[in-house]
Amino acid sequence: MPEIYLPSTLPPLFPGLERRLEIDAGTVAEAIERLDELWPGLGDRLCEPGHGLRRHINVYVDRERAALDTPVHESSRVDVIAAISGG
Amino acid sequence: MAKMLLLVGTRKGCFILEGSGDRGKWKLRGPFCEGWPVFHAVYDESSGSIFAAAASEWHGSAVWRSDDLGETWEHSSEGIGYPDGELKLSKVSNVAVAHGRLLVGAEAAGLFESRDGGRTFSLLTTLDGLPGRDKWNNPDSQPPGHLGLSAILPHPTDSERLWVIVQGHSTFETTDGGATWSPRNKGLRADWPLENPEVGYCVHKLVLSPTDHERMYQQNHVGMHRSDDAGQSWVEITDGLPTEFGFAAAVHPHDRDTFYVIPLDPGHTRCMLDGKAAVWRTRDAGETWQRLDSGLPQHDAYVGVLREGMAIDSLDTPGLYFGTSTGQVFASADEGDSWSAIASYLPGITSVEVAVVE
Repeated sequence: MPEIYLPSTLPPLFPGLERRLEIDAGTVAEAIERLDELWPGLGDRLCEPGHGLRRHINVYVDRERAALDTPVHESSRVDVIAAISGG
Repeated sequence: MAKMLLLVGTRKGCFILEGSGDRGKWKLRGPFCEGWPVFHAVYDESSGSIFAAAASEWHGSAVWRSDDLGETWEHSSEGIGYPDGELKLSKVSNVAVAHGRLLVGAEAAGLFESRDGGRTFSLLTTLDGLPGRDKWNNPDSQPPGHLGLSAILPHPTDSERLWVIVQGHSTFETTDGGATWSPRNKGLRADWPLENPEVGYCVHKLVLSPTDHERMYQQNHVGMHRSDDAGQSWVEITDGLPTEFGFAAAVHPHDRDTFYVIPLDPGHTRCMLDGKAAVWRTRDAGETWQRLDSGLPQHDAYVGVLREGMAIDSLDTPGLYFGTSTGQVFASADEGDSWSAIASYLPGITSVEVAVVE
């Protein structure tokens, strides 16, 4: 099953959520949908309703920059990155 | 025994200053809301819940809720967004609770409501069709940090009536629960050309007297103003103040003629003048003003206070509180006559609200 790695800012928002998970999904969008089913509201933290991935959320599939429709394979690693820094 | 609850929204989360009933001792708790930038936090007397409007650069906007005075928190954004239209939501910028519903203002300018205590939300209006609507959501004409629908003022007794501010454009009033809206800017001054004299006014803060629901005050980009007909018309009351500019304002809970403002440098600094902190008070509805600075820093204090940054409690002798852009909270237990710092090293403060809880 694909492995998902989430940013450290997400687990504090959803009790029981781990940074590393295995999620059965065929695309990035499906992976986020599964996560949202398991932790309602999590999809909104990664995607803006109707507008796709949030501006500062970047997703990589097997180290390549990905979009919501990027395929995810059985052995894929999906990294979700909170992309900006600041002060 | 009653205690004071001061809700402080900051750039790095929500803090709570819990005070003794005599307002003599204060204890700080927080940061809450996982350190998200909190634009405004309020206490709902009817439910005992705290609501905080917050927007993370990474994870978007949500309303945080605590049902146990800050011990535990949950967040929700279910229904907050513009999925089908031309608008994009950058932040929820303010909250208000009245008549059994939670109201949330957002940028782009929109008003959301929750009737289940902040668990789910629905869009009430984006003020379509009103004068200026075609311009106010244009990012090219907005200042940095634009708040969109920047404030909500519910009528205390009429659940169908409320006022909202669209930042830089207008106050609008509805008397039918949000179905229709009208601009309420008659008599205001604008130091810039207006395409439509009904709108185009930069309203920073609007307050309503708890003792006289016809009496309102507003801190505007250009001047302080008073209304004696619930916002239908305005007269300017700036004379006697050191500047016409400021953000925060508070109205006395028991006296309709007493009102507080914090004048700021209208230029780039937006700080209190000459490095000397002061709150100004009128006791005669704006005829005369008094400078209140006892206990406030009088040198090297380059601090600003934002539009939700000042609050007043409802005790017999009301206490005033303000939070600064540099993280200090000052409190007065004697209607502003004397002040002391009750927190000094918080992140930049966006909002201060106060409640008396049992």
